[in-house]
This record gives sequence, structure tokens and C-alpha cells, in this order.
Amino acid sequence: MIRAVGKPIEEIIGMVQDFNKLLIAGCDGCVTVCEAGGLKEVKVLAAALRLYFTQAGTSKQIEETSLTRQCDKEYLAQLRDSIDGYDAVVSLACGVGAQFVADMYTKKVVFPGVNTSFMGATEERGWYVERCQGCGQCILAETGGVCPIARCSKRMLNGPCGGSEAGKCEVAPDIPCGWELIYERLKTLGQLDRFEKPVTPKDWTTSRDGGVRKILREDLRV
Amino acid sequence: MSTETPSKIQKILAAGHLAVTSEVGPPRSADGLVIEHKAKLIADYVDGINVTDNQTSVCRVCSLACCIRIKQMGLEPVLQMVTRDRNRIALQSDILGAASFGINNILCLTGDHQHFGDHANAANVFDLDSVQLIATVKMMRDEGRLLGGHEFQVRPQMFIGAACNPFAGPNVALRVARLAKKAAAGVQFTQTQCIYNMNTFKEFMKIMVDRGLHEKVAVLAGITPMKNVGMARYMQKRVPGIDVPDEVVKRIGGVPKEKQAEEGIKLAIEQIQEIKEIPGIKGFHIMAIEWEEKVPEIVKAAGLFPRPN
Repeated sequence: MIRAVGKPIEEIIGMVQDFNKLLIAGCDGCVTVCEAGGLKEVKVLAAALRLYFTQAGTSKQIEETSLTRQCDKEYLAQLRDSIDGYDAVVSLACGVGAQFVADMYTKKVVFPGVNTSFMGATEERGWYVERCQGCGQCILAETGGVCPIARCSKRMLNGPCGGSEAGKCEVAPDIPCGWELIYERLKTLGQLDRFEKPVTPKDWTTSRDGGVRKILREDLRV
Repeated sequence: MSTETPSKIQKILAAGHLAVTSEVGPPRSADGLVIEHKAKLIADYVDGINVTDNQTSVCRVCSLACCIRIKQMGLEPVLQMVTRDRNRIALQSDILGAASFGINNILCLTGDHQHFGDHANAANVFDLDSVQLIATVKMMRDEGRLLGGHEFQVRPQMFIGAACNPFAGPNVALRVARLAKKAAAGVQFTQTQCIYNMNTFKEFMKIMVDRGLHEKVAVLAGITPMKNVGMARYMQKRVPGIDVPDEVVKRIGGVPKEKQAEEGIKLAIEQIQEIKEIPGIKGFHIMAIEWEEKVPEIVKAAGLFPRPN
């Protein structure tokens, strides 16, 4: 699931200060789960902005909403009747959702309220860790179910490098070395023979290197 | 070590001698004479001179330019190449460029992460990793082919090397397995991480010899003399993948400050003597960091001089 973190309030104030009628739009999808951009965070942000601008002696109209998903047109369309009543929208959805708002309402100024971070899992509440980089050609079958693209800081396909220490990555001691994890997992699975077989260079065309990616499912199109 | 190349290092190893290599770090300016000066200091005492490739992710004169300069001095450069900064197009292009100047040794590395260096906010590349770079050089050399499929006539004659780090624990067998993977990809020699923990290194070499890997990959033991106790502590605490036991720090720190450099050199020489006795060792890689002038002294005192022709 996509993980995001709220932008600092100062940055958001800087973006919206010249606009009088604001809509803070949350998303009930991924950003709600990671508690960065759901209705709860919409309310907190709206309250903080109201407080700031009131204390600054500025009058602003700040409304709140949250959509089922901002990355689907059918839910975004729910804003159609009200959108003209605002000067700007602060979207607390991921970058996909915020862009979709801008796509649909081309004359509206749209600001991102969160920093979209990665696709990750919830290790514990408030502790999210990246697990997938969406390279478009999953190799988990060969690597004991641990992704070297996402979990090795150098996305090595033949790791580990010489910089790991005590099973930790050279980039930070709180990052487990992805290749140590792969090695141990392959050992557990009785597949260590895989480890010593060189993996050939990856075809990155299905990753971001191939240009803007799209999926066309003819079977789903009507 | 399979394929024969014009590499002087390969010839010396093939003749059964212990090989000695060293390395020079390029400057952080356009002053090309720095490399010439450093290379001259060690020229008569080593069989090959590595030039580091933006080591610790700090931007410097490129390894290729320095290697060309060293080659033009009539010496034997080892082109270090990391995959951090260049994709497969640039890597292969530089390999062809190096070969066009008669450079016959390459050390294939993945490279330190850029967060260590002076451009921590840079994007990294890592299109290939070191193992894939090894296989790429081998393919270019033995098959005359690029990764993209283009075939060509004049092939790079590279003696292919790689790094290995027996100390990037906790699992020594994993580190041998990693080198085995590099061997499977085509590596012919390896220069190890700086050795301070002799027990771990002996354990590593025992597994190497038990597996017969020492016959496939010539192991050149990495030696870095300590300049002072500050350096010993820094290497112990701050440099990833280096294992400096407390007794080394204590030994260097146990003599007066003005004697610490001497003690560091003495330790390096003792290490070489001890490592010479370890079965499977094929030579030494002496990395005297910004201390190249000490290499001749170490080589001589360790009984590795004169060098064979």
C-alpha cells in the first residue's frame, strides 16, 4: 500500500496563504490507513490552518471533505458541484490522487498536503517500511520472497555488497541488509544453490526507465 | 585464472610469484600531476597501480583519465570502476575507452552508497552490480559483444578483478559464496578489504581453499597501514565493512604519538609476513591512504622487493 507523511504545516501555510476559499480533501484509501491523509488528518489540518489564519488576523473559508478514492474518476466527480466554490484544493491523497484532482478540475489550483513516500507495509502502527518499487517484473520467486530491488540500498541483484556490517546496511544501522535476509531465507528454504548463480542484468524497461508506465487491460475495457 | 591477457599482474601471478599492487587516490581538482607524483613514488615497488573511482562517493578526477596517465608513464594501471554513477552504456563505453589506451586490468565494484560522500543528494544508478559488470567485461573480452548485442572486432584485453570483504559479517561462508558468484561470473583476481582481524581472514581463506576457489581467483590480501590511533579508531567505528579489533587500536595507541606511524608500518609488515603463510594467498594489495610514500618501505621490509619483471 502507498505510504505518505503529512507536509509540515508551515509549508502548507506558505502554499495557501494567498487563497481565501480552501477545500481540504482527504482520501479514504492508502493515506487513511497510514494516518496521513484521511478524514481525521483533514480535520486536524483544517483546524490548524483556521487557528493560524485567525491569529494572523486573516479571514479564510476552509472546508473539509474526504473521498472514497481520489485515484478514481467516479469518486472525484463528487466534487463537481462544489468545486467552483473554492479558490484552491489541498489534497491529502497521494501524488496520484492530487494529480487526478488537477486533471479533472483543470482551472483549480491544487496543492499537495502530503509527501508520498513509497509502497510499504505496516511493521507496527506508525512504522512503515518499503517493500516494493514496482519494477514491473517481479523476481521474488528467485530471491526467497525478499525483494533486492526494494530492500538493498543499491538494488543489487547479486548482493550483498561489502559495506554491510553485522547484517545491517551501510546506509543506516536500522536498515537490515536485504541480501543477508535473502541468504538466510534461501538457507531456510534449502535453496542456497540459487545464491551462487550470477543473475544477469535486469531489463529496466518495465521500471521507471521505460518512460511513463501504463497498463492496458483490453479484457476489462468496455 | 582462465583467459590470458597482456596484463603484467596476470603474468606475474601465472609465473608463481606473489603479486603486489597498490592504489592511488585521484585529487579533488584538475591537477593531473598529483597522480603522476603518487605513481612515481611506488612505481618500482608494485606490479600494478589501482586508481580509485570516486571512492567513498567523493567527486574526484576520474579513474579512467588517471589510468591513461599512468599507462603513458609506462606503468601498469588497474582501472577501478563502480556501477553507482554510470549505467551500462557508460560503463561499457569507458571499458572500450580504457582498452583503446591499452589498459589491461579492471577492478569491478558496485561502489559505496552516495550518502557517504560530498554529493549525498545525488541520484544513484546501479543499473548493474559488480557481478554483472564482471560478466559484462568477460563477454566483451571473450565474445566481442556488448550487452545490447552489438558485435565488434577489437576486444578489450582485461584481466578481471573484484573486491571481496571477508569482514562484512556476520557470516564468513556467505562472503566466500559471494566471491564464488563473482568467480562464476568471470573474475580472475580479488583484492580484499583491509585486513586487521586475522582470525576472520584465516577462516575465510580456509573455506576458499577447501572449496578450491583460490585456484580460480587469485587472492591479493588488502593491507592498510595505520597512521595513528585516530585513524584506527575512525576505521573501527566509522568505515563500513572494516573490522578493526580492539587490540589493534590498543597497539597503535599504546605508543607515543610521534611513534604511532612507525608502529602502524611495523604492524602492516608483520601482517604481510603472517598472511604469506596462509595457504592460498597469491599476493598483496597495499592501500596506503594518502601515504603512498610508505609503500616502498613496507614492500622492502616485507621481503617483497625487488619485483619480478
